[in-house]
Amino acid sequence: MEFALSEEQRMLQDSITGYLESKCTLDEVRQAAEDNVTKPSDVWQGISELGILGIVIPEELGGVGLGFLDAALVAEALGRAVAPVPFIGSSIMAPVALLNAGDERQKETWLPKIASGDTVFGVGVSEQIGRRETDGIVSSAGKLTGKAMFVVDGLDADMLIIADDNGALHIVDANANGVTRQKLKTIDKTRALAEIIFEDAEAELLPRSEKSNEALLKTIDAGRIMLAADSMGASDVMIEKAVAYAKERKQFNRVIGSFQAVKHMCAEMASELEPCRSLLWYAAHSMNHIPEESRVLACHAKAHLSEVGRFVARTSTEVHGGMGFTDLLGLHYWFKRIGLDRQLLGAPELIREEAAVAQGW
Amino acid sequence: MDLAYNEEYEAFRAEVQQFLKENKSKAPKGRAGWGNPDEESKAWQQLLIKHGYAARTIPKEYGGYGAEPDILKNHIIAEEFANAKVRPGHSGDARLVPVVLELGTEEQKHALVGPTIRGEMTWCQGYSEPGSGSDLASLSTKAVLEGDEWVINGQKIWTSGAQYADMCFCLVRTEPDAPKHKGISYLIFTMDTPGIEVRPLVTMTGEAIFNETFFTDVRVPKEQIIGKRGEGWFVANATLKHERGSLGDPNQLEARFRALVSILKNEKIDGKPLIEMPLYRDQLVRLQARMLSMKYNGMRILTASNNNKEPGLPRWIVKLVGCELNHQMAALAIDAMGELGVLYDESPYLRDYGMWQRNYMLDLGLIIGGGTAQIQKNMIGERALGLPKEPKLKAS
Ligand SMILES: Cc1cc2nc3c(=O)[nH]c(=O)nc-3n(C[C@H](O)[C@H](O)[C@H](O)COP(=O)(O)OP(=O)(O)OC[C@H]3O[C@@H](n4cnc5c(N)ncnc54)[C@H](O)[C@@H]3O)c2cc1C
Repeated sequence: MEFALSEEQRMLQDSITGYLESKCTLDEVRQAAEDNVTKPSDVWQGISELGILGIVIPEELGGVGLGFLDAALVAEALGRAVAPVPFIGSSIMAPVALLNAGDERQKETWLPKIASGDTVFGVGVSEQIGRRETDGIVSSAGKLTGKAMFVVDGLDADMLIIADDNGALHIVDANANGVTRQKLKTIDKTRALAEIIFEDAEAELLPRSEKSNEALLKTIDAGRIMLAADSMGASDVMIEKAVAYAKERKQFNRVIGSFQAVKHMCAEMASELEPCRSLLWYAAHSMNHIPEESRVLACHAKAHLSEVGRFVARTSTEVHGGMGFTDLLGLHYWFKRIGLDRQLLGAPELIREEAAVAQGW
Repeated sequence: MDLAYNEEYEAFRAEVQQFLKENKSKAPKGRAGWGNPDEESKAWQQLLIKHGYAARTIPKEYGGYGAEPDILKNHIIAEEFANAKVRPGHSGDARLVPVVLELGTEEQKHALVGPTIRGEMTWCQGYSEPGSGSDLASLSTKAVLEGDEWVINGQKIWTSGAQYADMCFCLVRTEPDAPKHKGISYLIFTMDTPGIEVRPLVTMTGEAIFNETFFTDVRVPKEQIIGKRGEGWFVANATLKHERGSLGDPNQLEARFRALVSILKNEKIDGKPLIEMPLYRDQLVRLQARMLSMKYNGMRILTASNNNKEPGLPRWIVKLVGCELNHQMAALAIDAMGELGVLYDESPYLRDYGMWQRNYMLDLGLIIGGGTAQIQKNMIGERALGLPKEPKLKAS
């Protein structure tokens, strides 16, 4: 029994975190945000060279064939760096959909391209979680009609995977006739979410998703675990920044971290977040090794990290005083990243209901 | 990450299961009560020691089973006893025995460890005083060496179990001129020593759990000290470390969560089980996520300890988060019972023997006792996060 990261996993974590710390600094993030770019070419180049775009794609299909725990470590590192790169939609959800519902040809066509970074996929499944501002998406005779909201990585995508009203998954060329995209401006300028309208757009069914929603659920579970991991990384940074600030900022002739009110805010953040790390590890591990538990665990990881993330985001901001509220400090990039992670693919109340249903309650 | 146990451990697990199957009927029913163990409990404990399911790593020469330390085996024993709902054994007094083994003399180890782990010698902890709680090191009960004896005068309070205990391990000030942490000694003595008066204090649950303990010219042989004169604070910290580990135990959290699920399934309003009502479901699932995260946090600590690594932050938070979570689970159960939730003692309609209200109160005692939640936050802030201590006020 060993409930810990392996040596290889720690190396993976270090190499990605190290790369992002040097090449995806807050200045770069800010520049990208100001330029409205969510896939800056140098960072994209760098992370594709690290091989992480194909992290869950099998080696024979061009990937590195690692598990969801490894993938979660990558998502966590990206959250730490508030990195503006497509990952959760393109490199996790799309491959999970293709691997679980695609036929051989579809897998052989697309997975190597995702792994190499040649093709970016957007994934639209939000209508299957809770439909708003749309009447849904109808599939008929190989064509899609309707509207998908909050398509993950949708703005930078070359190709799309879209769930129709029956939960079947389809591949659609993002630039095909009958497909119109609109950027959804969100609080988080590091992410590319899109509204996509389909009018008789050519679509190719992922055949194993037609009669069973297993693949759809796996895709959603994987996305949720990665969002939880993203929040884990972002929350970690917010605590580190709060603690560092509390050790350095002086008022009343003493560092503010020696005031109990401030010290206790920091202790509470750490006490709330630290157990989430173990929950996240277990949930991600279960996707590969304990599938009978993974549905409920994915719900817990996403919902619980949403709650703790929100607490950490506001508390860390508060520890920074007025400085925390400024654009200048940039703390808000992490605040907003956590804010978006929470709402995407189901806000916590909805997800807890799913967890209850999944346990037969 | 590998959650499977290897063959050696699976074989060990099978052994424990076999033992439980064959001996379950000999185990005392229910939880151990407040008083000293009865004959049935002592016989059970003896049987467990003999098989290595209690006092497992305590050396044979001191009355234990004498196994090599193996954290995973301890964990398997705890898990299997919990699954079988059989009362587990104990290692004597978790606050005292490790300290005697670590810092006691050879004579003390022989005299104290065996009887303690067999339940023949029970202990109370004489630390807190009316004027010294969180600031324990300011304690003022004093002991003066007169010839071959310590003479103790003063008062302790909140002394759990002092009304039953055979023995007391006690902090007293022996070096009045030394700085406060360096003037304390750790003495041990029998509770029937003349001059000790115990007055039970009834707690909010209605039971007398703890006591006021008064010392008037209590004479204790000089050698009944653990560690050196003036080093009692460091000896005591060794015990606090062991005590802290057991408060907020994740196995207990999971058991309580299961009981909470049963309550929500069984309690009905107008025929509808509460678990079907969205507001209760939501709170239940929230608590489940917290419980599971503490369970996996426990597995992380276990792995670190098993690899001889200091677990760090995951361990620092256990008492604070675990005790609070227990309390919240009890709170939800009470709310779920609505008006029935106030029933107590042996009232008709009482659910689960009234354990929820009782636990709701007891948990608060655990949030306060053994280092309050605020003191835990100070320690997490200072020791785990490295934040500076508060500046000291000039002594007035
Ligand atoms: C059920 C139970 C069993 C117990 N059993 C024993 C026993 O067997 N033996 C024994 O010796 N003792 C025992 N105790 C005593 C226990 O250890 C003390 O109650 C505890 O250490 C707190 O001390 P106090 O009660 O004097 O509270 P105080 O220290 O007076 O605290 C009062 C309040 O002030 C806060 N406070 C104090 N100092 C600080 C600070 N520096 N920063 C922030 N807040 C602070 C506390 O958090 C608390 O909220 C027991 C207590 C309970 C509740």
